[in-house]
Amino acid sequence: MKRHVLLLCALVLLAAPASQAWAKVKIVSTLDDFSSIAASIGGGLVETEALAKGYQDPHFVDAKPSFILKLSRADLLIVAGLELEIGYLPPLIDQSRNAKIHPGNQGYLDVSSGCDILQRPTAQVTRAMGDVHPFGNPHYWLDPDNGRVIARSIAAKLTELDPGNRAAYEKGLADFETRLTTKDKEWKAKLAPYSGAKIVTFHNSWPNFAKHFNLDVAGQIEPKPGIPPTPSHTLEIINLITTDKIKAILVEPYFDMKTPKYIADKTGATLLTFYPSVGGTEAIKDYFALFDADIDALAKALGTSAS
Amino acid sequence: MKRWLVLFIVLIGLQTLARAETSPPPDASPPAASPPAAGASAATAAPASAPAADDRVGALEKLLKEMQAQYEARIAALEREVAALKGAPAPGAPATEAAPATAAAPAPPPVTEVAQTPPAAPPLAAAPSQSSNYFNPSISAIGNFLGVAGSNHTEDLPAASLRESEVSLQAIVDPYMRADFFLSFGEEGVEVEEGFATFTSLPWGLLAKVGRMRTSFGKINTLHLHVLPWPDEPLTTVNLLGGEEGWIGTGLSVGKLIPMGDVYSELTMQLFDGEAGDLFSSPGSRDLSYNGHYRIFSDLTESTNLDFGLSYGAGPNGLTDTSDTRLEGIDTTFRWKPLRTATYRSMNIRGEYIRSRKGGELDGTVNASGWFLSAEYQLAKRWFAGARYEWAENADDPTLHDDGVAALLTFWPSEFSQLRGELRRRNYSNGETADELLMQLQFAIGAHGAHPF
Repeated sequence: MKRHVLLLCALVLLAAPASQAWAKVKIVSTLDDFSSIAASIGGGLVETEALAKGYQDPHFVDAKPSFILKLSRADLLIVAGLELEIGYLPPLIDQSRNAKIHPGNQGYLDVSSGCDILQRPTAQVTRAMGDVHPFGNPHYWLDPDNGRVIARSIAAKLTELDPGNRAAYEKGLADFETRLTTKDKEWKAKLAPYSGAKIVTFHNSWPNFAKHFNLDVAGQIEPKPGIPPTPSHTLEIINLITTDKIKAILVEPYFDMKTPKYIADKTGATLLTFYPSVGGTEAIKDYFALFDADIDALAKALGTSAS
Repeated sequence: MKRWLVLFIVLIGLQTLARAETSPPPDASPPAASPPAAGASAATAAPASAPAADDRVGALEKLLKEMQAQYEARIAALEREVAALKGAPAPGAPATEAAPATAAAPAPPPVTEVAQTPPAAPPLAAAPSQSSNYFNPSISAIGNFLGVAGSNHTEDLPAASLRESEVSLQAIVDPYMRADFFLSFGEEGVEVEEGFATFTSLPWGLLAKVGRMRTSFGKINTLHLHVLPWPDEPLTTVNLLGGEEGWIGTGLSVGKLIPMGDVYSELTMQLFDGEAGDLFSSPGSRDLSYNGHYRIFSDLTESTNLDFGLSYGAGPNGLTDTSDTRLEGIDTTFRWKPLRTATYRSMNIRGEYIRSRKGGELDGTVNASGWFLSAEYQLAKRWFAGARYEWAENADDPTLHDDGVAALLTFWPSEFSQLRGELRRRNYSNGETADELLMQLQFAIGAHGAHPF
């Protein structure tokens, strides 16, 4: 058995001529967030590319053959896991002809492991609840503490794949963590005046963000995960916003603004396009800029409507 | 990290537990005070004079007992946690193995998310409660109900039928291959629509499949009934590919990736048994049929792409000992889907041309051809409108041809169900013009398959 594995490995190595010795580590991630973190750790030693764009619904990415090509050339595939990519990634991996990046192999990294994952169902789930994720909420990278865990996983994996540059990856990780600590203090300070503030979101993408920055997600515009807004539920949300004096409605960039706009008009709450991923706008160039953009916008919304 | 820590604590706990069985347990479980502090105070309390050794042993004993009690308390707490977690699905179960495109439940509309449940404890390395189920394949079942109104004497579909129930079983076999089974329970009985192993770890950009599979002849022939953009098969399939089912072959398929820069290109060569439904029939049992498909895919812009394919197939038709049928096909699909509004607006235009050359007929080789052109436009998150034109000669007699037009409206209540209406007019070669309304309901349960592309 072991011999076969070795033989196979040898064949694979022959087929991909000595890519690891001097070339950059080619990283493909499903989300730009992980690419951004990998790039800050690996710097010039890595080449990163993401499949989904930051302004695209990460649940619904098309399994385009051009992605097969990208995966066929990758040394490392970084995924969010928790079934976020179940709609498109498995057939792409199968067709990639790249044994390295198959789940369980060295070039496959699920960065959810070790992260603080919220909303793991504790009772039986059925699809009557909407399209539920039985392994917990997959939007976990929106907590900087999880960002730190993700960075450590990526650094460890890069060291494993490219041990010759261990020192560089260690330094990259240390720099990333130092910067994250500083920025996190800054972000927390910006939102500190609004501790415990209630917000309404379109989709259930923000439990980790809310937990970290001490916000209270009071309701979602979607009646159930993935089910479009209904008139009766919209009315409930309007009542909720009015009675609880909620000041901000957060909508991911890939959702229709019609219902959120209507709710905002009726209640006077501020409507924010809230970006869940790097690359959501041109200004959101990396993981730090993502929180910068979101937190500045939220602080402004919570601040102005308070006066 | 946390997992290892927990595991470590459990291991230490188990050791102390084993020891506890041989020594009497402490009378009361003390509060969770820190054992080193308690131990230190006990040690310093012991006089350092003559019977010091005895006292030290006593102090150590006391310290050990305290530690033991503490671990027991911790184990109890952990056990409660484990018990609570056992009710929930095991975290960390493999979420990654899943269906190829064909396994998909009805595809498009965006739906997804997380149950509104209270946050559970952090992940423990809990074993699944039913470990024998752990490696079971992903199972899903798709029902395809069709109701038909109007009159048609040429293709007489029943007024109501559960046209197909498809059960799929899919899993990774071992480090080298995966297996996919699609069993189709139709009105006439059960059939293995597909059942194949895919070798995913081959060198040189190869991907091999062995078993029974829908052949890569064109685009529509590769798709299962439930992922077609219509409730019925187009006339090209019915007239030129041996009937509604299309061409399903049993044998070997090898696909090779031939990238041209950022343009995807793939050559697939397939070798099958010489029997395939009404399409091929081999007089000698060792005759083979074969198929070749070349596909090119290119992203034109971020939101548009073009798919183009050429196919060539051949196999014995059984009319004479050496006669065969040759098939040629061109397929193309243009897709438009702006990424930001991807779940609300999109459009597909697709067309396919097929030519059949059937040898061994009385007047030599019979050439027949057909084509269709179809479009779907997404009106809203869950609504799609579509249209199709189809025209195809009869493979046995090209002087006869059928054609048809259809208008479609599809509603997806969720990603897992789909309601579709098709208004169809078909003009048959026998002179009949049939106007019908086809109403289709599809519903999928079980594992979440990948969306077809």
